Amino acid sequence: MQIVQELLFVIAFGIAVYLFSQQARQIRKNILLGRDEDLTDHPDQRWKNVLLLAFGQKKMFRNPLVAVLHFFVYAGFVIINLEILEIILDGILGKHRLFVPVLGSLYPVLIGLFEILAVLVLVSCAIFLIRRNILKLKRFISKDLDGWPRSDANYILITEIVLMTLFLTMNAADQNLQLRGSEHYVATGHFWVSGMFASIFNGMSDSSVMAVERTCWWLHILGILAFLNYLPYSKHLHIILAFPNAFYASLEPKGEMENMPAIQREVQSMLQPELATEAPAEGAEIPKFGAKDVQDLTWKNLLDAYSCTECGRCSAACPANLTGKLLSPRKIMMDTRDRVTEVGKNIKANNGTFQEDGKTLLRDYITEEELRACTTCNACVQECPVSISPLDIILQLRRYLVMEESSAPAEWTGMFSNIENNMAPWKFGPDDRENWINEMNS
Amino acid sequence: MHIKTMAEYAANGETPEVLFWVGCASSFDQRTQKITKAFATILDKVGVKFAVLGREESCTGDPARRAGNEFIFQMMAQSNIQVLNMYEVKKIVTTCPHCFNTIKNEYPALGGNYEVIHHTTYLQQLIDEGKIKVKEGGSFKGKKITYHDSCYLGRANEIYEAPRKVLEILDAELVEMKRCRSKGLCCGAGGAQMFKEEEKGTNRINFERGQEAVDTGASVVAANCPFCMTMLTDGVKEAGKEDSVQVLDLAEIIAESLK
Ligand code: SF4
Ligand code: SF4
Repeated sequence: MQIVQELLFVIAFGIAVYLFSQQARQIRKNILLGRDEDLTDHPDQRWKNVLLLAFGQKKMFRNPLVAVLHFFVYAGFVIINLEILEIILDGILGKHRLFVPVLGSLYPVLIGLFEILAVLVLVSCAIFLIRRNILKLKRFISKDLDGWPRSDANYILITEIVLMTLFLTMNAADQNLQLRGSEHYVATGHFWVSGMFASIFNGMSDSSVMAVERTCWWLHILGILAFLNYLPYSKHLHIILAFPNAFYASLEPKGEMENMPAIQREVQSMLQPELATEAPAEGAEIPKFGAKDVQDLTWKNLLDAYSCTECGRCSAACPANLTGKLLSPRKIMMDTRDRVTEVGKNIKANNGTFQEDGKTLLRDYITEEELRACTTCNACVQECPVSISPLDIILQLRRYLVMEESSAPAEWTGMFSNIENNMAPWKFGPDDRENWINEMNS
Repeated sequence: MHIKTMAEYAANGETPEVLFWVGCASSFDQRTQKITKAFATILDKVGVKFAVLGREESCTGDPARRAGNEFIFQMMAQSNIQVLNMYEVKKIVTTCPHCFNTIKNEYPALGGNYEVIHHTTYLQQLIDEGKIKVKEGGSFKGKKITYHDSCYLGRANEIYEAPRKVLEILDAELVEMKRCRSKGLCCGAGGAQMFKEEEKGTNRINFERGQEAVDTGASVVAANCPFCMTMLTDGVKEAGKEDSVQVLDLAEIIAESLK
């Protein structure tokens, strides 16, 4: 019987890890569809960002109350994973509470701490569910979350509650069995939380309590393995990707817009032919100006898309969104993720090459009207807790519109030609610049 | 007062301490020209040797770049850099956060390296050095002032405190809007929005912000950007408060309070 359980466990664990690694590889491939960009300069500053932004959740603390609740869930998740290590080893080796002899009297203290965290996670998730579904916070009811994204968020919260309940029930049953002196259940010492509930199993037979304990154990670990495989399809992937995303976050001032060396060279050869740096080698691919589809974005933009938690802090701060424009920076990120996932599937289905599907990120997902409404105010970038820049994507799509398609509102076209002809965005000539000087000098 | 251009300085074989980069918005518009004049007056009064480029200045290219037209940006940027480098400019001060951001953050990649200072920081430095002194009981005494963080000075470059410190030397009460500092609300003009109609929505961004400013009960809205100036003035008007709430640039406020 024992050996069957061990075998089943190893099989379940193996399948879960295999499936997850397949998905992880697919996502990595999808991200690498983006343009190259070197983001490894200033490693010390980057590690600092990982510590502050990912581990420390600095941005979350812009809203302290929510930050604390979220921190419980996050800390609970990270730390309870240590507990899972024991569960996995137990499962493979057919042991029970393998670490008791190793840790001794420290063991119940650790489990006690995990249990307290589990309770905090439970409570926090319950509050989050209430905020989303009963209080209906504005950023959670907007229509860019309709359908899957909204249920996704709820599934995650419910799953966490179920997993924590299973964990606590399992421990309570275990403690009850320990008190009965059941042979397989080594005495660990008192469990802080579940210990208080151990007595509810008093009226049950040994075998029934064992059945409860085993059932919870199995459901708990199978739940976790299932959850692991749910991650790649969910906004919850941010628990993994927030870390690399913080590392690769832009270190430039937010106001700086990425330079385009190809155009820089071209203009230089017009203005100062004597200075022009060497033209790129003959036959080198002429880069597209700006981005039309996900392959034209950088890999960091695509990593951003997979890291987005769909929290909507960006859209809640976006002046365009606030005043009822179509633009929602959260939607920009969700669209990018949807499109890159679709492109990845297309490539997989066609043996490694992309088959034209008549769609692009621009227009089929993100409309011109959305792009035009952005004031480049950086509020979205400022608010994002996982170091995402929706603005960067918007600007690259704008470049495509203007430079590849010459598509711009008439007023912008006028502004462009004013700058070109008069060196100013308005219809004033260079001499007019001195009007105020003349007034002051006279 | 005699405002000298870079060309005049060069003709006399002199170099100014600092180049005052005026920017398009503050050069042409009647209202925003007042910011330029106020700042020039301050510089003159405290004895800073400054020059302007006059007709040799061009648009930095900021609106073109943000609208997506990199070609025009590069043309403007590279020719401006040629002019600046020809005059061996080292230090630039400007009253426009868009010019400030572009010259400071975007010109270095194109070979234009200068010390660039926004006028609010510059004013704070002059105050710290004791060069700017304000009248006691000036025209802002006892008034409520609210300060609007422009996106390109605030979030884009993280300058939040210098302008507030400048206002602190007045005998006035500084009140914050609901959204301020890194949470500040855009005036609606950045990213080349100044040059076109807003997209369809339920409200205009500058009306929203104008209302927020009015809601503080302040009688002066202090701005640091010619675009914000225009947008907020309209916003305050929309809120029906153009008679009781003034929108002024920090340079104007200080110029009026100078001893
Ligand atoms: S930068 Fe654009 S998308 Fe981001 S908050 Fe500002 S207006 Fe919205
Ligand atoms: S981009 Fe950032 S702020 Fe916006 S929804 Fe995604 S995670 Fe939240």
